[in-house]
Amino acid sequence: MTVEIAPPTSGVGEVRPPTRGPASRRPAWFGQHVGTALVGMVAGYALGHWIGNVIASGYAHVQGSGENDVAIVLGMVLGVLGWLAGIGALNYPLAKLVGRDSVPRETTGWTRYFRYNLTHKVVGMQYLIMVLVFLFTGGLLAMAIRTELLSPTSHIYGPGTYISIVSEHGTVMMMMASSMVLGPLGNYLVPLMIGSRRMAFPRVEAFSFWCFTAGYFVILSALPLGGFPTGWTGYAPLQTEATAGMDSYLVGFLVVGTGMVLAGFNIVVTIIHYRAPGMTWGRMPIFVWSILVTGVLLATATPTLAVACLFGILDRTAQTAFYVNEHGGSSYLWENLFWFFGHPEVYIMALPGFGIVGEMLPVFTRKPLFAYKVGAAGMVGVGLLSYFVWQHHLFQSGINPDMRPLYMLTTELISIPTGFIFLVGLGTLYKAKMRFEVPMLFCLALYFNFLIGGITGVFLSDVPVDVTVHGGFFVLSHFHYTIMGGLVFAFFGAVYYWTPKITGKTLNQRLGKIHFWMMFVFFNLTFFPLFLVGLFDQPRRVFEYAKNLQTLNDVASVSAFLLGSSFLVFVANFVWSLWIDPKRAPANPWGSNGLEWQTASPPAWYNFERIPVVLADPYHYSEPTEVPVADLAPTNFADAAAAANGGGA
Amino acid sequence: MSEQTGPGGTPATQERPFRLMIPLWVVLSAAGDLIFWFVAGPHVPPGGMSNVARGAQFDFNVLFVVALPVVLAVWVYMGYAIVMWRASRPGAPEPVGGPAARGNFKVQVAWIATTTVVVLGMFVFGTVELIVPAGAGGGEGPNPIWTPASKNILPIQVIAQQWKFTYRYPTFGGMETDRLVVPDHTTIAFHVTSLDVIHSFWAYQIGVKADANPGIDNVAFATTRQLGTFTVRCSELCGIWHGAMYTYGKVVSKSQFEKWAISTERQLAPNTKDLPPFAYTYTPSANGATGGYYTPHVDPYSKVEHYGATPQHPKVTQPAAATVTTATG
Repeated sequence: MTVEIAPPTSGVGEVRPPTRGPASRRPAWFGQHVGTALVGMVAGYALGHWIGNVIASGYAHVQGSGENDVAIVLGMVLGVLGWLAGIGALNYPLAKLVGRDSVPRETTGWTRYFRYNLTHKVVGMQYLIMVLVFLFTGGLLAMAIRTELLSPTSHIYGPGTYISIVSEHGTVMMMMASSMVLGPLGNYLVPLMIGSRRMAFPRVEAFSFWCFTAGYFVILSALPLGGFPTGWTGYAPLQTEATAGMDSYLVGFLVVGTGMVLAGFNIVVTIIHYRAPGMTWGRMPIFVWSILVTGVLLATATPTLAVACLFGILDRTAQTAFYVNEHGGSSYLWENLFWFFGHPEVYIMALPGFGIVGEMLPVFTRKPLFAYKVGAAGMVGVGLLSYFVWQHHLFQSGINPDMRPLYMLTTELISIPTGFIFLVGLGTLYKAKMRFEVPMLFCLALYFNFLIGGITGVFLSDVPVDVTVHGGFFVLSHFHYTIMGGLVFAFFGAVYYWTPKITGKTLNQRLGKIHFWMMFVFFNLTFFPLFLVGLFDQPRRVFEYAKNLQTLNDVASVSAFLLGSSFLVFVANFVWSLWIDPKRAPANPWGSNGLEWQTASPPAWYNFERIPVVLADPYHYSEPTEVPVADLAPTNFADAAAAANGGGA
Repeated sequence: MSEQTGPGGTPATQERPFRLMIPLWVVLSAAGDLIFWFVAGPHVPPGGMSNVARGAQFDFNVLFVVALPVVLAVWVYMGYAIVMWRASRPGAPEPVGGPAARGNFKVQVAWIATTTVVVLGMFVFGTVELIVPAGAGGGEGPNPIWTPASKNILPIQVIAQQWKFTYRYPTFGGMETDRLVVPDHTTIAFHVTSLDVIHSFWAYQIGVKADANPGIDNVAFATTRQLGTFTVRCSELCGIWHGAMYTYGKVVSKSQFEKWAISTERQLAPNTKDLPPFAYTYTPSANGATGGYYTPHVDPYSKVEHYGATPQHPKVTQPAAATVTTATG
């Protein structure tokens, strides 16, 4: 397919989603959708399990358990393939394989959200709902953890159940957070922001989403399979000795990881190749910069995780010994592979949040983004450095102890480009005219929370201090402050900010403020006490702790329940404002200059009637003369494009 | 960066925000730092039971004293911004866009230079604090490159398994006990290893943390300074009873320690006889971490020389009762 750069020749009417023709009058339940995907998944699991038992029956992984991991892993893999086949993800490649051309089948109406749809806006919305499903699943598990920790000694769950809940919470949340912004907002907004009609690889995009969804079922299957005891870090050899729930973790990360690689790859290619004329690197919205770096990290870091999981699966099924010390493997191998992915992953979860606040601050301060280039450079710098810090997770492990100063240095160096993000934020606030709308509150909260999360990171990078705080609740608080306090706050700010764009309806601002204040206050009340709990020697993932830490733990637990309830306010707001009492949003409710706001809300299928010619970056606020961000109806396309590219710098 | 002009691009305004912010910040930072250093500082974990614990506490306090002004700078600025630069404030001036608002070259350079200097200072400080106390109590692997100057180092082996720590004293006949007793004012080399999965030996008040990997001897040093009881916890998730790997150790006087060690050695002698000879690592059986899945062709008590080069063995062939001998360095 060629790059759609030229405007449609005769008006809008021609640019319509291809329909099925007469066949589209078939009933909605006909054809391929989530229902058939579920059938495919169940059938695939049954088939895989059967094959596994045939080829490897009595091949027990754990002595006397009667458990055959070959059957379980094959069941999961074929279940995922069945899911993908059922949704229709394999139709096109299979048709091409036998030399046929596939017929484009795009449906309209609400059922398209339950189908294999190639429109970036539909995929974005699908991602949004799925991310929320992941988030609320993980959140319920978090509250289950805090319930157990209400008391130091009396227990609600057995230790096996407790550790399964902890592990499931961590894994679900990590899977969610990796795609939290790039999935929904990256897919939905990036083409609108760069003036494109589509993503570079729509099939890859849809495929990544349905991998993500399949991963949800795979990781949830750990619970009926007895859970896994390793936490989200999955350290071997504990991984190797664990029971069948561990297969869910390994296959789950393999499947979700595949989706992450594809999503990242797709969005990087889109940003590089699908920018409208005049959208130079220096005019690109800061959000797009953050998504670009995130995409690069996803596409290049995640394969390490996939390989590590594959090794783990082989250790558990095919008797290899990658992670078994006494057979020539090494328990350090998993730690290295995992954290070589794991640390870029941390920035996969931080950078989009920076991008979101960078995008919103100018709108709500009516000022240009301060030090835009430094901010973009900071994101790239964070992305690069993130590959050189992973062994700070292994300071006490005994591996490469002489390298600890180096990893201390690289880790502390990362705070320089991260500081650029603060420079951008604080500079933009300078002599501004701030409007405390709901998205702006979330932006300011990110700066508050991420400051605490970032500074405590410096404590952790210092080896002597790390000896005390490593592996304890201090670390736990630190990364909740950066990921939840940063990314999740930015995400909800973005949801309030872009919902009028995406749906054409406004979320209720009063409920939004209630949601924000509950979330902000109880987030801090949950995690700040846990810094102290960690300093006072409570290791992570324990179900028993010192009696004198009960008060702090109880404050955290009660706040965690209230933090959880703040999301009920959000859900109520979401349902109320979008379906029960929808209010039509103004075309540009926040007065943004962004290119995405220059088109209709919700955007038409084709995004822009004509490919816009970008004339300036979107941060020209409070200037004496209005600077248009783009020419939306270029009359002489070639001339305008040449002028924008050549003369605009 | 063509669009960066000096502050001259900004129209003159009467507001001089930093006249209020800077004094406020200085006062708050100084007060906060002093209160922290003198009031909270001496009580910051892990305390002063060993040289490395004291070092960790010192590091924490220094980092806190550096970090607090950074945090306060942002908070004072944001607080001022929220109060003064909000649209709802009556008479709020219109913001000014244009090149000056897009980036001030001096501000950016100052910001980058300051953060770089602070970060590099932290790095130098952290490195010194890591190397001088010989690894700062963290696990240094089988061949520590930073070792304590002391000539009398007491080796104690920490053997982790699901879900228990036991301790072997090679200088006391290689006895194995589940009580961790250490003498005061003595440099101790903890040789941490595991029999199954990865654990982490965390002796909280003496500031030692070293991962226990199967087949690997992970050494951490500490010199005790005070008598007392310390907490021992596992700080690496090791399975369902991870939370129950929770015991205490004791720092006692040297004479008490020798009394305890000699009597315990005698008491345990019948058991010690049946134990495998002291080694840096143990492979209990192929039924350990891997659930019996692999063919048991491994020599169970091999002195597997593991990750990296061969470590120096302490002289444990003769049980050298009652003397604390040199083990390392």
